[in-house]
Amino acid sequence: MADETKGSDQPAPPKPSEGAAAASEKPAAPPAATPPAAKPAVPAPPPKPAGPVPLPWESEMVTRLRQRFGSGLQPFTYLGQNYVIADPSIVAQMLQELRDEEQFDYCVDVTAVHYPKREKQFDVVWVLYSFPRNQRVRVKTMIAEAESAPSATALWESANWLEREVFDMFGLRFDGHPDLRRILLPDGWKGHPLRKDYGIIQQDQEWVQINLGIESGQ
Amino acid sequence: MSESTTRTDPILAFEEKKDPTFLDATELVLNMGPQHPSTHGVLRVILKLDGEKVLGTECVIGYLHRGVEKIAEHRTYAMFNPYVDRMDYVAAVSNGLGYCEAVEKLLNVEAPPRAQYIRVILTELNRIASHQLWLGTHALDIGAMTPLFYTFRDREEVLKIFERYCGARLTTHSFRIGGCQYETYEGFEQDVKKFCDFFEPKIDEYEQLLTTNRIWVQRTKGVGILSGPDCKALGVTGPVLRASGVKWDLRKAQPYAAYKDFEFEIPTGQNGDTYDRYLVRVAEMRQSLRIIRQAVEGIPEGAIMAKIPKVLKPPVGEIYHSIEAPKGELGYFVVSDGSTQPYRVRVRPPSFVNLQALNKMVIGGLVADVVAVIGTLDIVLGEVDR
Repeated sequence: MADETKGSDQPAPPKPSEGAAAASEKPAAPPAATPPAAKPAVPAPPPKPAGPVPLPWESEMVTRLRQRFGSGLQPFTYLGQNYVIADPSIVAQMLQELRDEEQFDYCVDVTAVHYPKREKQFDVVWVLYSFPRNQRVRVKTMIAEAESAPSATALWESANWLEREVFDMFGLRFDGHPDLRRILLPDGWKGHPLRKDYGIIQQDQEWVQINLGIESGQ
Repeated sequence: MSESTTRTDPILAFEEKKDPTFLDATELVLNMGPQHPSTHGVLRVILKLDGEKVLGTECVIGYLHRGVEKIAEHRTYAMFNPYVDRMDYVAAVSNGLGYCEAVEKLLNVEAPPRAQYIRVILTELNRIASHQLWLGTHALDIGAMTPLFYTFRDREEVLKIFERYCGARLTTHSFRIGGCQYETYEGFEQDVKKFCDFFEPKIDEYEQLLTTNRIWVQRTKGVGILSGPDCKALGVTGPVLRASGVKWDLRKAQPYAAYKDFEFEIPTGQNGDTYDRYLVRVAEMRQSLRIIRQAVEGIPEGAIMAKIPKVLKPPVGEIYHSIEAPKGELGYFVVSDGSTQPYRVRVRPPSFVNLQALNKMVIGGLVADVVAVIGTLDIVLGEVDR
């Protein structure tokens, strides 16, 4: 299945030093399937951009966060969007700090990405927005399967269902979540569909047979 | 059978969490849905009642889960485009716009100005269609039957424009990554202008039926109140947030497509109740007309498709892009690994997050208010469950 081909070349997490990040991005660039399109007269982007690279992000907020958390965070900016990669150990305090001190009063989304080839297989991503500053920031942390992420439900109520969905789809646990149950799939379902090792037509056949009384849902 | 496959009944789970006083005979657990006309789809709400009073609710969702995000990982960027229409199927154009713009950002491509204008016109028409459907069904839930016929009659005119533009009425798939597939048809501008002139007095007609209608006012005023700070904490966006007095609209806050070119206002309410949300959405329809008129007047000539390769391979990276869909902030978090298929597409659906506020809005209210509040949240279960 496509799983195997997809899982192999996962996006390289940006390196701590910007020079290394730039170098690591370059080799993936050569375009393959695109026919050499004739240069159009109208201003248009090149047919195959080599790809921008995440740059280190510097701002007053980052300086303040650095003072507080030291080297545990790596701030980047990519295509005009800012994100911070934080150590799992500090991410809870950092989310708290972002809400209380930096006015990020709206938790837009909590989600995860699975990289099966990596030692720490999961990226957990919080998308935050600040109404007073009209700014977005993404906080990312990498955790292994056995680890759990801190729950943001005490900071933003909106995180409740969003974390339940991550639990449902990835099987990641959130410490301190008041009611961590499946939300979209039935409670007895086995497996977490958005993991890369879960096939696209895979299903919990036992559940389907018992509860729906049919051989297969496909 | 193993214990993990036995079905845990949400009602039982709900009862287990109850406080000891629950055995009092005055309290009752009532199942609303999944097949109930006023849940606007297959939503199951477990209500804990004391007579007519709501003590608590729990939503059971997922009946329409189709694994859209999983499907995305097994399709190319372009192939996944039609799937997004099937999430919020009453505002398919907005869904497509959000997805196309997210991938365009990832590709570092921008749609040409003409395409941007076409996008704005169609998206705003779709916002009107979505609000019309909301108004008709919401009013029907509360007991006013006429608005349903009026709004569906007028919504038809929008759908006719979509049909003439791209052949489809509901799941339009009208945009492509990099611009639009189709040039406007002969007479598109006239059709849109004609619709604007036709529709403006119709809004007055709806308002005549409802705004000062005593039954409507009594059923909606002070019902399902959600304060501004509560909205922010719960992540509620869209008209629900604006009705609570927060003047925030992504079209203004972080303009996308061609929205920065147009003048329009962000209607807001003060009380954050069902009545204010009604007023806000009605005012939004007027603002949408205003945007459409400006867009049709100023539509530039030129290409409708940016130069993009036949095979889309966005560089390694990730992007979060969100737009103001009729229901609130619709976000796409797209991760590319440099191949032809997205590594991960996360959809941040406004309906899903807004539905979370239902519990807070109905506690202490009456059973009949639950119907009004589900209606006023304007959820589409296709988007909640994806």
